Amino acid sequence: MSGYLAGTLAILCINLIFAYGIFVSAAAGQINLGGAGFQAIGAYATGFIAGTLGLPVWFSIPAAATISAFIGFLIAFPVLRTRGVYLVLATFAFGEVVSGFLLHTDTFGGAMGMVVPVHIELWVLMLCAIVVTLLTFYLMATRLGLAMRSINDDEEATVVIGVNVRAVQVAAFTIGGAFTGLSGALYAHNYGFVEAQYFNALLSIYVLLFVLIGGAQTAWGPLAGSLFFTVLPELFRVGGAWRYVIFGVLIVLMMVIRPEGMVTRDLVRKLSPRQWWARRAAVGS
Amino acid sequence: MVGAPRGGGELIVTTALSVTNVTKRFGGLTVADNVSFDVPQGARMALIGPNGAGKTTLFNLISGVHKIDAGSITLDGKEIKDLAPRTRVHAGLSRSFQNIRLMPHLSVIENIMLGQHTQASGLGALLQPIAWQRKSIWRERAIESMHSAGIKVDPDASVGGLPYGVRKKIEVVRALMSRPRLLMLDEPAAGLNPRETAELSAFLKAVAWEGLTLLVVEHDMSFVNDLCEHTVVLNFGRLIYNGPTAGVHVDPQVREAYLGTRKSDKKEPSHVA
Repeated sequence: MSGYLAGTLAILCINLIFAYGIFVSAAAGQINLGGAGFQAIGAYATGFIAGTLGLPVWFSIPAAATISAFIGFLIAFPVLRTRGVYLVLATFAFGEVVSGFLLHTDTFGGAMGMVVPVHIELWVLMLCAIVVTLLTFYLMATRLGLAMRSINDDEEATVVIGVNVRAVQVAAFTIGGAFTGLSGALYAHNYGFVEAQYFNALLSIYVLLFVLIGGAQTAWGPLAGSLFFTVLPELFRVGGAWRYVIFGVLIVLMMVIRPEGMVTRDLVRKLSPRQWWARRAAVGS
Repeated sequence: MVGAPRGGGELIVTTALSVTNVTKRFGGLTVADNVSFDVPQGARMALIGPNGAGKTTLFNLISGVHKIDAGSITLDGKEIKDLAPRTRVHAGLSRSFQNIRLMPHLSVIENIMLGQHTQASGLGALLQPIAWQRKSIWRERAIESMHSAGIKVDPDASVGGLPYGVRKKIEVVRALMSRPRLLMLDEPAAGLNPRETAELSAFLKAVAWEGLTLLVVEHDMSFVNDLCEHTVVLNFGRLIYNGPTAGVHVDPQVREAYLGTRKSDKKEPSHVA
């Protein structure tokens, strides 16, 4: 495998896990614009544990995901008191606070950034991406996933059905925190170096676009979105500086043509083997 | 569900829902004014009244969407006025909405299975991948309820494109999935054609025979006459009638509330809040 292809594949794996972290809370009706903050927590946590403390990487990466999940759990309580655009702003503020904190803390290297030891192989990234993808599909098939989707559709009616909406939302935010933290930890070990400036608002916006353009209704959405956003810019490289213009136009077009995302629930239903056979049988008879 | 003896007069009748001196104000407007009535176990009771009488508000007070200012609400003898809405579902109360509130992005079967949420307690039940299990007890129960309610559509179809009458029935079935003691339906027959209305009435009678208590807000009086033996009438947040449905039409106060008299025209503004 060429270095270029391996590099692109590594980015794809990290982006995919990152996108699933944002998707899990988006599926429960919470737009998280603080993705970069959670990713930074994961990246710096593993950097500190593996680098400064010198602990093995098989421990530091899960620990980083756990720390990020725990912080997600803690901030879920104040943040989820807000609604709609205020929720978006609150998570955005969280992301800014995290990167500001890291930038001004010498323990974590401050503006100099932090060298993260131990490079991890591509297969580890791919394994993590596959596991997170399967976990998300599983989660969306459970009763918890059903409750999450229900909240996204009609929160008030979900309460009256007897669902503990707050608990479901906190759970979704916590799981999302674990995934985004994991993606940050993998990023750190893949590049060997982290700096606070990287985890900025633009990164949070990008990952949210992966999810919203891909489609937040099913677990296929983030997969489609991550592929679209990781592979397409590479393909447009031949276009030079114009690639960003083409890319921007494409994003706007996607929003106009498929406002609910590239992959919607109806599309998945139409393409499912069971439905496909049912239609074939109907045509044949 | 255990079959309880229905209100036959001679039998000892226990009270399912008891609303006592319930008062609620929104700002200066009293939307429920010292309302009291009992719904006997297994009864089919109608709650009627002119537009703006406070019927849906009363539903919202009983189901906990709004807190009451004064009074008490008991379900099977237990005070529920301070319980959160979802805790009231656990206590045995279930409701539908005036405007259909199905989850548009969920399929028929998913909407119905959502109603089972309070039955599926514990982390194990929450993490069971019900969407992948074609033969799970949850799915089978939901399908069974669909059939008994006469819903003949593809269970995996999206609810969005279904006819109004079918969606209305799905909402009733969803409300039944929590195995409630008291089912409150807000205008279940609105928008149904006569055949669908008759089917719904027969279906509700069948579930009431199994011991379920029904409280129904409805404008369609032929539906009320057919389904409900008791009726309470609200007007401007006050209870003005509580008795057999057959007596509603001849009660002078009810006639005045619905038809109006010259005297009441002067007293009350024609605009109804």
